[in-house]
Amino acid sequence: MDLSLSTRTVGDRTIVEVGGEIDVYTAPKLREQLVELVNDGSYHLVVDMEGVDFLDSTGLGVLVGGLKRVRAHEGSLRLVCNQERILKIFRITGLTKVFPIHSSVDEAVAATD
Amino acid sequence: MATVELLFSALPEHVRTARLVAAAVARRAGVDEAVLDEVRLAVGEACTRAVGLHMSHGLSTPVRVSLIEDEKKFSIEVGDDAPHRRFTLPGGTLGATASASGAASASANGGRNGGGHAPGGGLIEADGALMPGAKDEIPEPVAEEDEGDGEMGLAVISGLVDDVEVTTDENGGVIRMSWPTAEPILP
Repeated sequence: MDLSLSTRTVGDRTIVEVGGEIDVYTAPKLREQLVELVNDGSYHLVVDMEGVDFLDSTGLGVLVGGLKRVRAHEGSLRLVCNQERILKIFRITGLTKVFPIHSSVDEAVAATD
Repeated sequence: MATVELLFSALPEHVRTARLVAAAVARRAGVDEAVLDEVRLAVGEACTRAVGLHMSHGLSTPVRVSLIEDEKKFSIEVGDDAPHRRFTLPGGTLGATASASGAASASANGGRNGGGHAPGGGLIEADGALMPGAKDEIPEPVAEEDEGDGEMGLAVISGLVDDVEVTTDENGGVIRMSWPTAEPILP
C-alpha cells in the first residue's frame, strides 16, 4: 500500500488526512506536503492519522520536522490518532510529550494551547 | 532450524518487501499475532537504517536479512556493509569491538548456514568496491534534513524488542533481534 494524502481547511486549521504506510519510501511525500503547506502560509496543521496502517521512525522524523517548521511561525501541529499500535511508537520514543494527540479531528480543531 | 534469507538492493522501496516477508515467516514460526506488529516495525527500522548506511556510503551491495526459526525463538539478523564502528544502543548496550565480534559472528554464521556456505563466508555476494561500473550506480545520499542521523530507528528497536544486539561481522554492522515462539504451525 502506498501513501495517500489529502488536505482541507477548517477555520484557520489545515487538516492533512494521511492514509497507508509512512516509511522510508513514502515519508518524503509527506514531508513535501507539510513543507508546501507551511510555505503557503498554513501554520496550524492537524495531521489525521486514522487511516495510517504503518508508521516508522522516518515518519516520526518528518512529523518532528513539520512541527519545527510551524513553530518557526508560531503555529501548531496536532495529531489525530486512536490506533494503539501507532500510539505505541510515539510513547516509546517519548514523542507523546512533543505532539498534542487527539482522538478526533473535531477535538483537534477545537483545541487551543 | 529453518532459515529464510533475503538480499535486497539498498533502496527505500524494498524495505516494505522485507517487512512483509519477515512478518510472514514470523507468523509461520509461531510468533504471537500480537507481536507481529513489533516484528514488522523492528525489521523495517533495521532495514531502513541499513539502506541509509549503504546509500550514504555509496555501497552498491545488497542489504542482508536472515529470518531464523529455532525451536523456541524466532531471530532476525539485518546486516549491512557499512564500515565498522562501535554502536551504542540507547539503554547502554555497547556492541563489541569489530575484531572480537567479527570472529564470533563468523563462526556463528558458519554453523548456522551448514554446508551451504564456507564458514564465515557470510551471505554476501560480492565486494562492493570490486564491482565494475559500481560508481555509476551510486545513488545520492539520503537527504536527512528532518530525519536526524537515523539513530531514532535504533531507539525504536530497543524500545520494542527485549532481545536485541547491535554488533559487527566481517562485512559491516549487524542488528540481531529475537522473539519467543509458540508451537510452530504444522502444515
